Amino acid sequence: MPAANIEVSETPLVLYALRRADDALILGHRLSEWCGHAPMMEEDMALSNIALDLIGQARELYTYAAKAEGKDNDEDKLAYLRDVRQYRNLLLVEQPNGDFAQTLVRQFFYSAFADLYWRAMMTSRDATLAAIAAKSEKESAYHLRHASEWIIRLGDGTDESHRRAQAAVDHLWAFTGEMFAVDDGERALIHAGIAIDPGTLRGRWLTTLSDVVGEATLTLPQNDWMQQGGRAGRHSEHLGHLLSELQSMQRTFPGQTW
Amino acid sequence: MYTQALNTAEADDRSLEDAGRAAQFQARIDAEERIEPNDWMPAAYRKTLTRQISQHAHSEIVGMLPEGNWITRAPSLRRKAALLAKVQDECGHGLYLYAAAETLGTSREELVDAMLAGKAKYSSIFNYPTLTWADIGTIGWLVDGAAIMNQIPLCRCSYGPYARAMIRVCKEESFHQRQGYEIMLTLCRGSDEQKAMAQDALDRWWWPVLMMFGPPDATSQHSDTSTKWKIKRFSNDELRQKFVDATVPQAQYLGLTIPDPGMIQDAEGHWRYSEIDWTEFKQVLAGNGPCNRDRMAARRKSHDEGAWVREAAAVYAAKRQARQTAQAAE
Amino acid sequence: MATPNTPLWEVFIRSRNGLAHKHVGSLHASDATMALQAARDIYTRRGEGLSIWVVPSTAITASDPAEKAMMFEPAESKIYRHPTFYEVPEEVGHM
Repeated sequence: MPAANIEVSETPLVLYALRRADDALILGHRLSEWCGHAPMMEEDMALSNIALDLIGQARELYTYAAKAEGKDNDEDKLAYLRDVRQYRNLLLVEQPNGDFAQTLVRQFFYSAFADLYWRAMMTSRDATLAAIAAKSEKESAYHLRHASEWIIRLGDGTDESHRRAQAAVDHLWAFTGEMFAVDDGERALIHAGIAIDPGTLRGRWLTTLSDVVGEATLTLPQNDWMQQGGRAGRHSEHLGHLLSELQSMQRTFPGQTW
Repeated sequence: MYTQALNTAEADDRSLEDAGRAAQFQARIDAEERIEPNDWMPAAYRKTLTRQISQHAHSEIVGMLPEGNWITRAPSLRRKAALLAKVQDECGHGLYLYAAAETLGTSREELVDAMLAGKAKYSSIFNYPTLTWADIGTIGWLVDGAAIMNQIPLCRCSYGPYARAMIRVCKEESFHQRQGYEIMLTLCRGSDEQKAMAQDALDRWWWPVLMMFGPPDATSQHSDTSTKWKIKRFSNDELRQKFVDATVPQAQYLGLTIPDPGMIQDAEGHWRYSEIDWTEFKQVLAGNGPCNRDRMAARRKSHDEGAWVREAAAVYAAKRQARQTAQAAE
Repeated sequence: MATPNTPLWEVFIRSRNGLAHKHVGSLHASDATMALQAARDIYTRRGEGLSIWVVPSTAITASDPAEKAMMFEPAESKIYRHPTFYEVPEEVGHM
């Protein structure tokens, strides 16, 4: 009998940690798909490093979510035994790797946000989240540096690389709005000084994007119609496939130790 | 990691070389001096090493594929991180090794092209499939274990850059085998299903792992020059025996059975294994293993699909250079 | 158009403050920025360094091993450059 989904008591704090954990895990998982397949060995090393940072962040956030929940869930149960509707990550991070440009633009959009987000979260009144933020901020800063350098090279490289990079920007743009959205539960946490208001980061995020994209001779789309739903468990079709692979062992062999 | 099986003799093309220099060179080797890139060396030494180091590098890179097959399916987050770090290490090892080979005068691009064209070999072991999670444990335990047996003597190889690369590789690789053994131990202490998974993996990997050490000494005509040049310090059979002797007690501790009913311990304590099926080895090396075509196809696909990225980086670098030059001229 | 070979770089790392940068290996990168990033990702992932130098391999001028005798052997006879050449009685203590 396959393993059943776990139930999670999603208090605002549990949900808050889960959402960030899911972002980190899903993006880390996507990057790990590159391992052994990157355009050059040096980049294989770099993408694996980023993936490992993100998986590390996810583990800390899941562990904290489980602790905040106070039941018998743990990092692995949270990662491996929730179905697609229970996952709370941004739609952006679950988008397929596509070509190298799509992977790097996805990383760039996310890291430009994560860098600002974790830096702001270092002042959280929640000591665990502040500590996770202090570690994650340094990692995200490097991820942003790495992605930015590639965006510039792809945008200002050959005609083909420019075309691919612009296509990736155009394709992924609609998934960026979700990063700045807040629901009622989060608003209460922001009020309590536990979370920060991501809306306040959007201006600086856009400045980072404009600077890099400009240097890369690329343009940001004008359309501000944004896709939403990941935070509430309404995902793209891609996530289910990712999870069926990620969770295959735990689902096939329930309750075992690996 | 895996070079022993691939050593091949160099045709004697030393005829034109100064016999005196060759004698001096051999004297340096005999005195355990290290040879460095700009030193004079016999053409055959250069050729043998270029081939061996690049085959070693190809093996690391192709070796990412069978284990990479399980990164997205690792059964816990801890295992996922460890496996990803391990496969990433293999990429790093390939990178160090290509750099060592390049010091002999052939570019990484040429070496990689030769591999993609099917003109260069890599270790036969990576042409076997990883079917279950236990294969990941078994590869770490046995394949990396065998590799370490091979690589430790290479840390004293006469060619400096190769020896230095090997020292770095060995240092980094010390976690790989332990990682694999820990997976096996967890399986063997787990459910009957998990234990069966572990035994099945050992059954499938045991003989191919023994083949990693290369043909038996009696039929291997290639070792003479490599030994004389101190590239190779132990024979295939010596290393294979050392590996088997180290592995049998580890398998016993796990409660697993080595799939060799004829294996016996001799009076000196050595575990004597049965005859290895060298026909299979030759077939796999010739391209007819279960995964040879898949492995090559995967490498070629990554290489081809990455071409536009490498080109973009090169073109951008040229543009930047031109801008800097123009700025300086202003 | 054939893409030219990606340039080779030599990597030097300072493992701790107070120590000199030491050659640790090589890598390929299209330009200096990418070389520095790649060096970080390849050669410091076990906490090996606090500072990195990358140098294009082509920028290194090396002495010729064939000239080893001329270059280095003359120094061997200058034993008076070493402290052990001079005798100081034991009673004087460490000097």
